[in-house]
Amino acid sequence: MRLERRAHVPLSLAIAAPIGAVVAALILAGLLIALAGVPVFEAYRRMLIGAFGSRLSISETLTRTTPLILTGLAAAVAFRSRVWNIGAEGQFYLGALATAALGSKLGLHLAPLVEIPILMLAGALAGALLLLVPLGLRLKFGVDEVVTTLLLNFVAVLFVSMMIEGPLKDPLAFGWPQSVPILADMALPKLLPRSRLHIGLLVAIGLALVLYFIQSRTRFGLEARAAGLNPQAARFAGVPIGSILVRVALISGGLAGLAGAIEVLGVKGYVTTDLSPGFGYTGVVVAMLAGLNPIGVIVAALFVATMFVGADGMSRAMGVPSFIADVIVALSLLTMLVALLLANYRVRR
Amino acid sequence: MSARALELNGITKRFGALVANDDVTLTLGQGELLALLGENGAGKTTLMNILFGHYTADSGSVAAFGRTLPPGKPRAAIEAGIGMVHQHFALAANLSVIENVIAGTERLGALALNKRAARVKLAALSERFGLTVDPDARVGDLSVGERQRVEILKSLYRDARVLILDEPTAVLTHQEAERLYRTLRGMAEQGLSIIFISHKLHEVLAAADRVVVLRGGKVVAERKAGDTNREELAELMVGRRVARPHRDAQTPGAVALKADRVSVMSGGASLLSDVSFEVRAGETLGVIGVSGNGQSTLGRLVSGLVSPSSGSLDLFGHPVAQFSPRGFVEMGVGRIPEDRNADGAIGEMTIWENAVLERIGEKRFSSGGLVRRGPARAFAAEIIRRFDVRGGGPDTATRLLSGGNMQKLILGRNLITAPKILVAAQPTRGLDEGAVAAVHAEILAARRAGTAVLLISEDLDEVVALADRVQAIVKGRLSPPIPVSDADPRRLGLMMAGAWDEAA
Repeated sequence: MRLERRAHVPLSLAIAAPIGAVVAALILAGLLIALAGVPVFEAYRRMLIGAFGSRLSISETLTRTTPLILTGLAAAVAFRSRVWNIGAEGQFYLGALATAALGSKLGLHLAPLVEIPILMLAGALAGALLLLVPLGLRLKFGVDEVVTTLLLNFVAVLFVSMMIEGPLKDPLAFGWPQSVPILADMALPKLLPRSRLHIGLLVAIGLALVLYFIQSRTRFGLEARAAGLNPQAARFAGVPIGSILVRVALISGGLAGLAGAIEVLGVKGYVTTDLSPGFGYTGVVVAMLAGLNPIGVIVAALFVATMFVGADGMSRAMGVPSFIADVIVALSLLTMLVALLLANYRVRR
Repeated sequence: MSARALELNGITKRFGALVANDDVTLTLGQGELLALLGENGAGKTTLMNILFGHYTADSGSVAAFGRTLPPGKPRAAIEAGIGMVHQHFALAANLSVIENVIAGTERLGALALNKRAARVKLAALSERFGLTVDPDARVGDLSVGERQRVEILKSLYRDARVLILDEPTAVLTHQEAERLYRTLRGMAEQGLSIIFISHKLHEVLAAADRVVVLRGGKVVAERKAGDTNREELAELMVGRRVARPHRDAQTPGAVALKADRVSVMSGGASLLSDVSFEVRAGETLGVIGVSGNGQSTLGRLVSGLVSPSSGSLDLFGHPVAQFSPRGFVEMGVGRIPEDRNADGAIGEMTIWENAVLERIGEKRFSSGGLVRRGPARAFAAEIIRRFDVRGGGPDTATRLLSGGNMQKLILGRNLITAPKILVAAQPTRGLDEGAVAAVHAEILAARRAGTAVLLISEDLDEVVALADRVQAIVKGRLSPPIPVSDADPRRLGLMMAGAWDEAA
């Protein structure tokens, strides 16, 4: 048996691959659910109800989708140019911290309409700067950014921990380690009243569309893709690889930082060290599920959020541990990789 | 040639609509050195993969030493004494030679490798066939030629009596190739039966006993090497008369490209030292040399990728201050890189993207940061039409093009803008005869139109056919130029060996 590269991947196959992958993952996870002694279809029905069964659950699912779109885009943009940014988690936290600090009573005190965009930019900038360090090390000394971005996550989270135990600690939090909160009028407007869903979702979707346009239509998009696919040929053609990758890193780190900023402004209002249930790492999965396509990221983020929110509902109703969501998401990444292989290659005997 | 080592009978293999092998019948005598000649895509590699059991034929059979082999079983082929050396070696770079040779022959349960017995056998094989290589060297440290010897030893160690080599000289230098063929000849004389796949006519004529020509998946001819000649084989292979085009005399114009005592250093090593040359408009300067003597650096220098450590490079009488690929493109330098897959094109991108990437900054292809896809596609379509690029349209992924068509695309994107200087590094490396003729015709047409051509090549025939003057490159130094009319093989050989005073 051998694999042969397909000359053209038909559109039907390109769409069927992720759907097939998700179905396969659900079937495999179904085995585990059955092992837990629970009827599988009922469990999945409960999951769907948990994610979409009520106005509240829909708003929760979409609230969870928002940061995943942004961290998913952060990974997708970087991976497309072969910048292996595994540090979205750390960038998320630094973005969140910068936003909370500047938006609190210690901060800027501007009119909300002016300050909110500034706070978002500040968060993005903090994330972007954190990614510039490993990229600079790679360009100058060839240091592998997989290692440096990954390890910087721990540095960033410990730094956040130090700040919220120290100078940025909220004195009114009964000794809990959390940052000073943002001023009440800095909170993002809600999309739905009496829910946690905020306009950050629109920002995330808008950015996905903008990125799609940048990648497919601009000179920068073309050169960034060339630099990723074949740096040597890109250099021969005169693509300024260093400056292209710096811009890619600024966008990628910026998106992850923005995710942190929006989570603070839209949902939490302050920073704790459990602000993110692994949004940065999950963003990598979202990007892979989406085949690094910015529009696909929206769909993949929605899928992953559905699994997490739905699994909570399933867990409450059926007693299956909600960790099943982690299993499904992890399985779907594996099945997606297999599906991509099958879509791009033909199996021959 | 009494016993038959190998018999292929009526082999047919289809891939979808494509018939890769069509009723191929072929025999190999014991102790025979057979060449399988054909253009890229003629079905040579498919046939050898069927023979070795990597593919299963749709019909037909393979027999070794009179016994029919079960289809699709490489292990049966190995046991029958067939060994295969692939174009891309299957060696573990971090293991030693001896470990590579014995890997896969030991039983899985064995706790320690029985290296001592292996060493004795390997030494005997090396001795017998003249395949010298240090058994304890790490394969990653070996040259390409040495790695190939390891591959051959690997097959011999498994008691191969029939050896199949797929394009064995594609990655070798001229000297290494000659050495390989001497070795193969010696092996055949000792009773081994050998098939090698090639599309290089001179090799086939010089090395083989017998030549089988494959075209469009069919055997079209079979000749004794002594009874045929280059022209006949070329015609059989391509299916029509191919004459490599000729250069006409013409008077060159002003100096377009000039290097004055240019040196390039990198990390303490001297890549080019004191190199001087000049190329006039409407003239071709050929730079010959054995691979690895600084040709790459020379090509990169005149493509704007590296800058000199000392000396100056003049374009149209002005020294270049800023070395950048796009700067050179803007000044009218057309650039054919020596490795079209690594430097020349990005396989995963479309033809139009590859056509415009090096001039994406020009107004007609981008404005305000946006790519103007209409004009870019039209530019690619024009290249495809004028330079006869076959295998796809502007939106086809470039990796789907054959080597020759990819080279025509690269040539086309440069020549369509009528460059004043053309730097062509190894422009026909790995191309088949038909594509070589097409590339040569385009380079000659550019020269006729007044382009100054710098041709860097290891192919002496090519340089003699295209160049007006020749310089040799040896260890980063350039010989003084000689007119091509004075370039006989002996003199070129001396120049390439660095003895240009004797050559003068």
